Amino acid sequence: MFDLELTEEQQLVRDTVASFAQNEIRPIARDSDESGTIPQGVIDQGFELGLIHSALPEAQGGYGEERSAVTGAIVAEELAWGDASIAMHLLAPRLVAYPVADGGTKGQREQVLPRFTKGFHAATAAVVEPRFDFDTSRFETAAKRENGSYVLNGHKCFVPLAEDSDLILVLAQEGETQAGFLVERGAAGLTVLEREKNMGFKPLSTNEITLENVKVSADARLGGDDGFDVARMVNLGRVGLAGLAVGLARGAFDFACEYAKERTAFGVPIAQKQAIAFILADMAIEVDASRLLTWEAAAKLDKGQDASREAYRAKRYAANAALKIADNAVQVLGGHGYVRDFPVELWFRNARGFASFDGTTIV
Amino acid sequence: MIDFELSQKVQAQKDLIRSLAEGAMRPISREFDEREHEKPWDFLKMMWDVSRGQSMTGENSREDPEAAKKSGPRENTLTAAITIEELSWGDAGLYLTIPNPGLGGAAVSAAGTPEQKKRFLTPFESGEPKWAAMAITEPHCGSDSAALQTTAVRDGDDWVLNGTKIFCTSGQMAAEKSDGFVVVWATVDKEAGRAGIKSFVVPAHTDGMSVIKVENKLGIRASDTAMLVFEDCHIPADNVLGSAEVAKSTEGFKGAMATFDATRPLVAASALGIGQASLDLAREELEKRGRPIRYGISDASLTAMESDFIDAESDLHAARLLTWRAAWMMDRGQRNNLEASMAKAKAGLAVTLATQKAIELMGPLGYSRKMLLEKWMRDAKINDIFEGTQQINMLIVARRILGYSSKELS
Ligand SMILES: Cc1cc2nc3c(=O)[nH]c(=O)nc-3n(C[C@H](O)[C@H](O)[C@H](O)COP(=O)(O)OP(=O)(O)OC[C@H]3O[C@@H](n4cnc5c(N)ncnc54)[C@H](O)[C@@H]3O)c2cc1C
Repeated sequence: MFDLELTEEQQLVRDTVASFAQNEIRPIARDSDESGTIPQGVIDQGFELGLIHSALPEAQGGYGEERSAVTGAIVAEELAWGDASIAMHLLAPRLVAYPVADGGTKGQREQVLPRFTKGFHAATAAVVEPRFDFDTSRFETAAKRENGSYVLNGHKCFVPLAEDSDLILVLAQEGETQAGFLVERGAAGLTVLEREKNMGFKPLSTNEITLENVKVSADARLGGDDGFDVARMVNLGRVGLAGLAVGLARGAFDFACEYAKERTAFGVPIAQKQAIAFILADMAIEVDASRLLTWEAAAKLDKGQDASREAYRAKRYAANAALKIADNAVQVLGGHGYVRDFPVELWFRNARGFASFDGTTIV
Repeated sequence: MIDFELSQKVQAQKDLIRSLAEGAMRPISREFDEREHEKPWDFLKMMWDVSRGQSMTGENSREDPEAAKKSGPRENTLTAAITIEELSWGDAGLYLTIPNPGLGGAAVSAAGTPEQKKRFLTPFESGEPKWAAMAITEPHCGSDSAALQTTAVRDGDDWVLNGTKIFCTSGQMAAEKSDGFVVVWATVDKEAGRAGIKSFVVPAHTDGMSVIKVENKLGIRASDTAMLVFEDCHIPADNVLGSAEVAKSTEGFKGAMATFDATRPLVAASALGIGQASLDLAREELEKRGRPIRYGISDASLTAMESDFIDAESDLHAARLLTWRAAWMMDRGQRNNLEASMAKAKAGLAVTLATQKAIELMGPLGYSRKMLLEKWMRDAKINDIFEGTQQINMLIVARRILGYSSKELS
């Protein structure tokens, strides 16, 4: 039955994460963007909130709370309202932890998941490839079975936290199937290239990685011979990215509204001019529209249904809306939007990034 | 719990109406676009028989309210939105001319006393087909409804109305061609501005009310849009909507405006139906020609056609979710003034653009009257005009999010 009421638990999660974003993330967002680093204290606090391990099984040291893509989208939105890069950093371990929890063999779960329960532990997934026509339906990174083990070859980019990670989930094409491989950082033939320099998402460390005849044992194949549901991982990833985009957009919208009510021109607050008021109204509509599309996809995934169309739509829509909203936020601030004393230019740069990311499972 | 899946009951209604739209509306769609000012009586009588007693906003007066409560949470407005989307997928002009209490009934439901609801709406449960209409717009003012000039003056036990109303949907059917009624907005005190505006129920065939023109239009031609003149038109004192005190307070105007919170999501829903019809047809044609729309691939691999199609479809679907939200809030008794305008603004624009895009995608075929696409583009445009234009709905959204009054942001 159509319903938009959050559960009590979801409301609690939302409020907790929202106040963390407001009190801890927002104040350091600008400095983090300038310096390209995130204070360890905030990373630790984020971990303490249970962002990673609360939904991991109790058997492996988690709290065993129910996983929900809707809740994930809510968390992503609230964190990204604070700052999208810091949100991505805090959630990055999920890129490995969740696929392993969902689709790993018993051995993989026991081997991998406990790492995430004692403190913030960097681990990541390598999905995106550096070519303009990349999409998740076919990887160029290839896995070949040879004498009971696998040999991986390929090139990935936008791999978050790759430098610090001890474990990378590499998505690769194995003939006609897609599969994931748990590659330990020390594996021979795996090279983490120098940190990428991107237009935005500056506090988030990302790297290109190359795999040259990287040999992994059969045990490294996520889900063993059965494999795991890569399409579902991609869909969950899109929902998570959409949630982040909604949060960024809402942040820009909130800021632009407050500013427009304060700033006067020709004797009245600029918000009282229709040319500005209508921009703000449009932002409000697009934030809500993006969120509803995101929740729709998430709710469908939570029911275990195929939500490929919905997740794709949500991500595409929310990414476009976030860019337009951030652009408009700069416009509402005028010249003040263009200088780095105000946060809107930062959001504008970050918003452009959503079109380039894909397949990162953070919900 | 967040859930976007329709209940079985609502889904069943959706499927039912879709088959009705396919079987009974599409076949006569073109005909009654071309034969403007004629009515598809067989269709109208059939619809009267199946839906009599049903209000535009989904209340069914033939239904026992206690039994309805037991059958689960209220989903009347959501059901109405989905019904209207499907009917408009069939044909929006035909949908608008289905005999029912329509906008006039919605006004009575929103602002009337229980006694008035009973008195004015019960006749819609039986007998011959009836229509009700709502007359706000005047020759010199539409968006600025508070500037209306029609007057209501108390004369003994009567109110006496004088003025001219234009663009009244189903006005002719309500005033002359059935035993329905017209809800007329008029001022009892021009000096008082908004506070002086009340709404009055004028029964069909009342002396002093006459239809002097039925408009020729761009689209929704199956629906009559009438100009009504009121000359010393006498109605009983208790035909002013709301309690007797309403006549003295500003509640009248507020009550009348509250009608829009209920009806805007439903106009949005109609827009969705037309947009969906256009996109469904365009997709089908593209598939026939070996050009299916591909989802999920990289932006670089999408054709311009696919990209445009997906954007139009996504905008329309976003409008749908905003519409469902506004309806859902209405069903829960929550104030949805902001959300109703969001849905209406988004849907009005989305359908206007989607129907144009569908024609473009079909090349020369799209422009031809052999297909219905050109009709749908003409029909679509009204959704960005009536029940508050695009701009008026954006104004309402802006006021709500900024906390401004209509004086501060006009
Ligand atoms: C087919 C049809 C059916 C209709 N049915 C009904 C009905 O049943 N009952 C009824 O009462 N009316 C009905 N209407 C009237 C309709 O609601 C009005 O046409 C509409 O509200 C706009 O009013 P207007 O035409 O006077 O335009 P105007 O108010 O003159 O507006 C002209 C333009 O100015 C813009 N504008 C106006 N004010 C502002 C502002 N403050 N800020 C920015 N822009 C502004 C408008 O958006 C519009 O683009 C119908 C109209 C049509 C065409």
